Amino acid sequence: MTEVRVCLPESNLEEPWTLAAYESTGGYQAWRKIITEQTPPEDIIENLKSSGLRGRGGAGFPTGLKLSFMPRNAPGQKYIVCNSDESEPGTFKDRDIIRLNPHQLIEGMAIAGYTIGATVGYNYIRGEYYEPWARFEAALTEAYEAGLLGHSLLNSDTSFDLYSQRGAGAYICGEETALLESLEGKKGQPRFKPPFPAQVGAFGRPTTINNTESLSSIPPIMRKGGKWFADLGVEKSGGTKVFSVSGHVNKPGNYEVPLGLPFKELLELAGGIRNGHQLKAVIPGGSSVPVMPAANIMACTMDYDSLQQAGSALGAGSVIIMDETTCMVKMLERISYFYYAESCGQCTPCREGTGWLYRVIHRIRNGQGKLTDLDLLVDMANRIEGRTICALGDAAAWPVQSFMKHYRHEFEAMIQSDKAA
Amino acid sequence: MATIEIDGKSLEVENGTMIIKAADEAGIYIPRFCYHEKLSIAANCRMCMVDIEKAPKPMPACATPVADGMKISTLSERAVEAQKGTMEFLLINHPLDCPICDQGGECPLQDQALGYGKDVSRFTEKKRVVEDKDIGPLIATAMTRCIHCTRCVRFGQEVAGIMEMGGTGRGEHMEITTFLGGSIDSEVSGNMIDLCPVGALTSKPYRYSARSWELQNHDAVSPHDCVGANLHIQTLRNEVKRIVPRDNSAVNECWISDRDRFGYEAVNSPERLTQPMLKSGDHWEVTDWKTAFSKVVQGLQTEINSAGPEGVAALISPLATNEEGYLFQKLLRSMDCDNIDHRLRQVDFLADSQQNLYSGAELPLEKLSTISSVLLVGSNIRKEQPLLGLKLRAASLGGSKIYAINSLDYHFNFKLDGALIVEPSTVPAALAGVALDVSRIVGTDLPEQFSAWAQLGGNRDVYSDIAEVLVADSAESLIILGDSCRQHPHYSVILAISNWIREVCGVKRIDLHEANGVGLTQNGCVPKNSENNALNLVSNPRSAYLLYGLDCVEDSIYGNVLEDSLKKANFVVSFSAFKSESMNHADVVLPITPYTECSGHFTNVEGMTQRSNAAALPRGEARPGWKVLRVLANQLSLSGFDFVDLNDVNSEMENTISEKPFEYPHDIEITLPDKHNGQDSNKLFHRIMDVPIYRVDPLVRRATALQKTADNSIRPIAGLNVEQAREFTLRDGTLMNVVTPEGNGISIQVQADNRVPVNCIYIPAGYIETAPLGVATHLTLEEV
Ligand SMILES: Cc1cc2nc3c(=O)[nH]c(=O)nc-3n(C[C@H](O)[C@H](O)[C@H](O)COP(=O)(O)O)c2cc1C
Ligand code: SF4
Ligand code: FES
Repeated sequence: MTEVRVCLPESNLEEPWTLAAYESTGGYQAWRKIITEQTPPEDIIENLKSSGLRGRGGAGFPTGLKLSFMPRNAPGQKYIVCNSDESEPGTFKDRDIIRLNPHQLIEGMAIAGYTIGATVGYNYIRGEYYEPWARFEAALTEAYEAGLLGHSLLNSDTSFDLYSQRGAGAYICGEETALLESLEGKKGQPRFKPPFPAQVGAFGRPTTINNTESLSSIPPIMRKGGKWFADLGVEKSGGTKVFSVSGHVNKPGNYEVPLGLPFKELLELAGGIRNGHQLKAVIPGGSSVPVMPAANIMACTMDYDSLQQAGSALGAGSVIIMDETTCMVKMLERISYFYYAESCGQCTPCREGTGWLYRVIHRIRNGQGKLTDLDLLVDMANRIEGRTICALGDAAAWPVQSFMKHYRHEFEAMIQSDKAA
Repeated sequence: MATIEIDGKSLEVENGTMIIKAADEAGIYIPRFCYHEKLSIAANCRMCMVDIEKAPKPMPACATPVADGMKISTLSERAVEAQKGTMEFLLINHPLDCPICDQGGECPLQDQALGYGKDVSRFTEKKRVVEDKDIGPLIATAMTRCIHCTRCVRFGQEVAGIMEMGGTGRGEHMEITTFLGGSIDSEVSGNMIDLCPVGALTSKPYRYSARSWELQNHDAVSPHDCVGANLHIQTLRNEVKRIVPRDNSAVNECWISDRDRFGYEAVNSPERLTQPMLKSGDHWEVTDWKTAFSKVVQGLQTEINSAGPEGVAALISPLATNEEGYLFQKLLRSMDCDNIDHRLRQVDFLADSQQNLYSGAELPLEKLSTISSVLLVGSNIRKEQPLLGLKLRAASLGGSKIYAINSLDYHFNFKLDGALIVEPSTVPAALAGVALDVSRIVGTDLPEQFSAWAQLGGNRDVYSDIAEVLVADSAESLIILGDSCRQHPHYSVILAISNWIREVCGVKRIDLHEANGVGLTQNGCVPKNSENNALNLVSNPRSAYLLYGLDCVEDSIYGNVLEDSLKKANFVVSFSAFKSESMNHADVVLPITPYTECSGHFTNVEGMTQRSNAAALPRGEARPGWKVLRVLANQLSLSGFDFVDLNDVNSEMENTISEKPFEYPHDIEITLPDKHNGQDSNKLFHRIMDVPIYRVDPLVRRATALQKTADNSIRPIAGLNVEQAREFTLRDGTLMNVVTPEGNGISIQVQADNRVPVNCIYIPAGYIETAPLGVATHLTLEEV
């Protein structure tokens, strides 16, 4: 298996982040065509729907459908926002998309903006991503100079302004409504929904928020057609996906492959398990999704349905590989610490529960666990899951539930032997 | 309408209603912490989880709108499990120190823990500790107890209009705190105490002085302003311990101002008068009521015999109840004396010429929060009538347009769509400017008599903005005249012009009053003959004065003149709850009780008369004023004072004083603008005066916590226009001499004040220190 690159630039391209390089591969053709032909937004939405493109930010919501929810003919300002906050442990695909292929994202945002009647877009970039941010800014300058962004583009009535905004290092600002709060200059805390951003979004105006990879997929779809994209993948999972493979593999990194690829082949692409070791477990979609023992994942293909049926999720395509040397107690402790540190503190179960989860697991790893702690952990996780304002609560609960389901024996063993790994 | 079912009970509710509201209305209890009817929905506590048929998970009742056919259970296993789950999380880090927490016994968390908590906690880790904050003299904090419901934050941001309170930090480290650790400076901050569902925010003055279950509740009405907020006065063993709001949607909703809440501290102050006293030489001797009364009778009769009834003048505090006012004036009038007034902060009485003058609010106060446009004239409504300020804020957030003509650029808690900040003498002129534009729009000529004023007002764009907005939706528009209008030397002109605007375009008007001004006016505490108005009574010395409930220097804007007259008088009686400067000039002091110990009625600006009940027995020998007046009248052998109780007084009042509609004076004699205007010599500064929020009445001046707030300054501070202040070498605490044209002067601390327009100096009234300036409109300023 080799990569099929749609969002990442072809590897033979020099300085792919420049406008010249991007245009040499057909870049901005779709945007120019839309402006000159004034393509009806309905057509764009149809095209996206037929492409099978689903949100790459984690939830997998069909992108075309999401864009169709916008009251695009309603008067007043509307916004398109790109979510480049990418902070879930294990996830690093948007980073490469922005730093290697910023123009494709710009083009994607412009087209999405046009589709929903938004003349202004914001790209909210994770605070630690300095280099990607600088590349994006440089690309913005190029695009403005080339007359691809700004007002009365190509002598039409179409206008589109695009700005970047850097985050300040909070995972929660990747949650779309916390992102909007942060964008507005407030404390990043999720909003209660409804109303949804499509009604009341940034600065109180209708807004669509999409992930970097989702938006970057749009220009090729417009150029080559929705069917072309859909055919790359499998049913209900159209197109390609950039998988961030990390952990105990020989060649960790981003790999863009068609959806539906057997996990085995992805593992091979990443150079296989490091020398002499065996696969123990995989978290296939970023630290929040349920962990899968080796046998389960080896039977899966990498697409939304397959992983869901197997009790986990594709998430953001962040594949964390663990070999047999991995201590699952330590792993869960680290994951729980992350959600404890990143909870926004707004709602009770998450604010109080994440700290409690972490402390109990930490105590277990420090040799002070009790067997009753294990049921307590599951019970606590169940009382967080589904009870919070945003999905961070779920993200904190799922790892606990799944680790207890598949690796409870390791916790018991540690408690009983009373020694920390 | 949607048909829903909650716990098997079928209900018809408005579409879009939140489940919790529907349940509340049906009397079905759903536990909650963050939800509050008057605040936006935060849905952060997660206590109100309910089970909705077909929903995949429990949903928060406070944030889930009803849908037709919805079947909701608040009691199912799934619902209760979710509620209990939340309770467990809430309690793990909450200190279970109810026995030493002031909220104990009235704590929603404590109560709900009983219903939804476990007897043994599964939490064995260390509890979180949060540093306390010092947020000012009114609110005590114990932030470890905070459950992050953000009610306080939302109240500040939404209702009160202060952005200083918020959450910082993430997750467990989230703390509710003030911006940079500052204090909460709001005239309604105390409501946060009521809103806080735990013991994180409690009353500082009340702290540790009683347990809530020991307290007795008494229904009362606040005397501090003309809103008439409904109160519960809470007492323990005959001592007022605290005051909390009593809901009344037509008046105060569920809020009260800090003045209403903390003003009670005065009634427990050492300055209380508890015994009748007689002046003997230069010191005071305690006496009994009998002796005191006979002294008063003797003194009054002597003066009446020599100077006639006109030789007596009676001045009454606007804080008095209707009954006190009625009996006070009846006593005077029974002696053929019309010299009675309560308007000690008014100088221009020309509009009095019409009998039965009485104006207030032409619309229910409730309507204020939805009115479409407002012109505020001469009013710092936020501090004068804090609860009306909140209503205007609500109106403004709802899109109403608010304009102001003021002399100080007050910091309101609502947005002004336009403001004219002019020296005081130009305020009537600016109003005339608006009137001129109104006349153009409605096509009615501006009466000739206003032309001199309109000319002085000149042409300004904002006049036409205001005029257009007022006329456009005149039935939903309002002109509000505030305290600075009453204090204005051309009050009658302001009245006349606003009357005219009202008549030609149909806008409504509210004339704000001090305290119970409406009730006292209705009940005869204004002279029938306007010549006998307060200013005349004060500036033409009489031989005897009866002072009722007054600190004569601070409660009058011509307290200096009053003091001189008192010195010249032969006989002065002070009815007072407190020791004060008034005593220096009195011969007899009769201790009356403050409203907390005196039942009676107050009439608010809308004309709503409400009963306030005594909450405690009188201190010492002090007695409710109406009883003192009744006995005094008997002692004076005046007939018609045989009342047995308050109800007797009341029924007589009802018969005598028929309910009068609000009336606006016509045929006001229009005075011309003062000569000074326009071309002041550059040495003269216009004086801007107002009475700061915690200087207005004898109670608040003695309420120690209020006195420590940022809204109050113990010593008066003058304010100078920022640009002009540069011409002087002002440092913190710089003293300057300000002198009236008559040569009366004081030294006062002066600071640059961004609210003050050029050529003006702001000097507050309500202070003994500033009384020598009287009502002088112009002052010279010299560096000391
Ligand atoms: C706690 C939390 C963190 C999230 N972080 C990200 C993120 O970093 N990037 C992202 O694209 N979506 C993130 N999401 C998902 C977004 O809320 C949102 O669903 C997504 O941006 C929608 O874009 P898509 O439809 O293109 O996937 C996060 C969600 C949650 C609950
Ligand atoms: S201080 Fe009280 S009102 Fe404010 S957030 Fe905490 S618990 Fe809620
Ligand atoms: S009352 Fe509903 S979440 Fe707090």
